[in-house]
Amino acid sequence: MGLIKVNNSRCKSCYICVNTCPKGLIKKSNKTNRLGDYLVEFDDKNNECVACAMCAKRCPDLAIEVYK
Amino acid sequence: MQAVFSTPKSMKEDFKFTFCPGCDHGIAVRLVAELIDELNLKENTICSTCVGCSVFLYDFLNIDCVEAPHGRACASATGVKRTNPEKFVFTYQGDGDFASIGFAESMHTAIRGENISAICINNTTFGMTGGQLGPTTLMGQVTTTSPFGRNKEYYGYPVKIAEQIALCDGTAFSARVALDTIPHINQAKQALKKAFEVQLKGLGFGFVEILSSCPTNWHMTPEEAHEWVKNSMIPEFPLGTFKDLTEVGVNK
Repeated sequence: MGLIKVNNSRCKSCYICVNTCPKGLIKKSNKTNRLGDYLVEFDDKNNECVACAMCAKRCPDLAIEVYK
Repeated sequence: MQAVFSTPKSMKEDFKFTFCPGCDHGIAVRLVAELIDELNLKENTICSTCVGCSVFLYDFLNIDCVEAPHGRACASATGVKRTNPEKFVFTYQGDGDFASIGFAESMHTAIRGENISAICINNTTFGMTGGQLGPTTLMGQVTTTSPFGRNKEYYGYPVKIAEQIALCDGTAFSARVALDTIPHINQAKQALKKAFEVQLKGLGFGFVEILSSCPTNWHMTPEEAHEWVKNSMIPEFPLGTFKDLTEVGVNK
């Protein structure tokens, strides 16, 4: 239902979104950015995301876009 | 699919924030950009930026900016507004810039009742220069220049900016907000909107103090820093609106 896209060039791996998502759909991934920090990935196998945009509102780097 | 949340149009397309990971500055810049979009001010705005963490604001926002000397953003904005009264003019400053180096300029801009809006990001330290003790550092807080904590004998007390600005007769709106939770972010946007609207209505000086986290200089993770804002900063700097002339009209 909902979908988020993470802009990896803006993400600084602060993991605020990981702690914010009420359903725990955002996780640390194994991919790293140019600084060696582990990026985040959106993992929504059961279509649980309702596009509440709480992750995007708390993202300090405007790295998350939300679609519904 | 329909976009529910996307980058504001008044941000530059290829911007990358120069703030540290987890810093709340980015949220404050987003709120300002969203309001410029909502109030349709993009072509009519001049921003006066400060020296500090927000010094590269002109790299993020696609609006005209004046780079003021350290602490003098309100003074520069006064000149810009007096020569261009039809423009929308706001300043974006940190607490070290607004309340320490430029406190005289900031206070006198409020006392004169200049028709501009000012935003002050309060993170209790001089963030860009390495976390030195600032005017808003809390009692007992350890910084690089107060290694045993702030005490009243040596460093004095922290300044409460929003209350001080609210005492000035020229102020039309003064509020303190925080960015640690989603409800506080929504309240911050409403306060910023009022500070912008008092200028558009010509009521006087609009001011918003935003409590922000500084994970790097506080030596915390971003979530710990938000907890510290909630547990230590907000009891010391209470949130709320301290002056609002939009309901009762102008002091004349």
